[in-house]
Amino acid sequence: MERGLQIRDVSRRYGRRWALVHVDLEVAAGEAWMLLGPNGSGKSTLIRCLSTELRAHHGEVLLNGENVWIHRARLRKRIAVLGHQSRIYDDLSATENLQVWARLGGYHPGLEALLERVGLDPARRDPVRTFSAGMRRRLSLARMLLKDPDLVLLDEPFTALDPAGRELLMGVIQTLQERGATLLMATHLPSVARAVCSHAMMLESGKVLYKGDTANMPSEGRVEP
Amino acid sequence: MSLLRQSLHMLGKELLTEWRQRSRISGVFWFAFAIVLMVGFATPNSGVLADVSAGTLWLGLLLASTRSLDQSYAVEHEHGAMEGLMLWPVDPIAIFYGKAVANALVLILVALVLLPLVIAIFGADVRGSPAQLLAVIVLGCAALAAPGTLYGLITSQARGSAVLLPLLMFPVVVPALLASSNATMKVFEGDPMEQVPAWLTVLAVFNLVQWSLGGGFYGWLLED
Repeated sequence: MERGLQIRDVSRRYGRRWALVHVDLEVAAGEAWMLLGPNGSGKSTLIRCLSTELRAHHGEVLLNGENVWIHRARLRKRIAVLGHQSRIYDDLSATENLQVWARLGGYHPGLEALLERVGLDPARRDPVRTFSAGMRRRLSLARMLLKDPDLVLLDEPFTALDPAGRELLMGVIQTLQERGATLLMATHLPSVARAVCSHAMMLESGKVLYKGDTANMPSEGRVEP
Repeated sequence: MSLLRQSLHMLGKELLTEWRQRSRISGVFWFAFAIVLMVGFATPNSGVLADVSAGTLWLGLLLASTRSLDQSYAVEHEHGAMEGLMLWPVDPIAIFYGKAVANALVLILVALVLLPLVIAIFGADVRGSPAQLLAVIVLGCAALAAPGTLYGLITSQARGSAVLLPLLMFPVVVPALLASSNATMKVFEGDPMEQVPAWLTVLAVFNLVQWSLGGGFYGWLLED
């Protein structure tokens, strides 16, 4: 069985508009790739296809040799996503949120330690409704860490994070990589992501413009805001 | 993890969020109570008030249930938690049963508070068995909650969900409304012909079908 992620000829449309067009990518286990491209280039759609939130209209995605859509019920335990939305409940506290998600997923982590790791220990009993955007992002990160993932998908992960939060996220990413997780990060900040990502794929209008080493990446400036 | 355990965890989550937003439950109650009062005011002949009491109770609960169901999904969509559930290793059937049981419990609570008020305002008597009345309320509320939870998922992300949900749900729950109203009326008036068990059987069969269908279709709808 081949370890890592294979994206084979994946296309996806919304109505008549194709958001992804024949995307191919091979990512070895433990590798980290950044996804670059302007707004509407298909980065988030690709992340959603990989996470099994959306079904590709053409092609297939394999994780460790298994088709993620066909085996989604089982593989979702191995795929962690940090997306645009926090996916947490405002009326519950940080601890209660993590308890809910841990129980539903059958995970048994040390919640106190997890909250301490993301810097939310002092606010663990406060309702999430009172949290700032950065604190919500940290809680989403803790929620993601409940899983022990083979594939980590990050969509604009630095949004709302302060410098300390960014540093925390980078540390988490490095730990996940050391454990052998494959990582894809959609970002508009290649200069920040370069610290953890060795490879990049650039998309435009759903098509692949470039894939390869970050060192040889062309015209990086056109995608950095 | 077993389906039952996941369903119980989902139910626990639903009840915890409902408890934290108790104003939502009271909102559902006041909405149902307002409907009951309006029907009372709009009935020109006070002599027939007792005759329409059971129907008014269930009409109030039916309309209030759409608000309750709408709110139940609003919480899930507020920060994309519904998508989070979909991508979490949770059986969609467990999501359905957890949500549907929680919705049924909220409706039962509202019904139990509303019932004595309807009896008082409409001058109804309870000549039949209180145990039968409780069974009608439990089965009737469950009969509204199961299809409501299923159709609520379909309409929750659509524009005009407040209109769409009743349009989809009301035709389906007509048999349950009919059975609940008739059974309640028979308990109010007394039941010398022993018709209540027959109506309860209708409700039980309706529940069996709707709770089974809901569990079966929910995952398919959630993925699509």
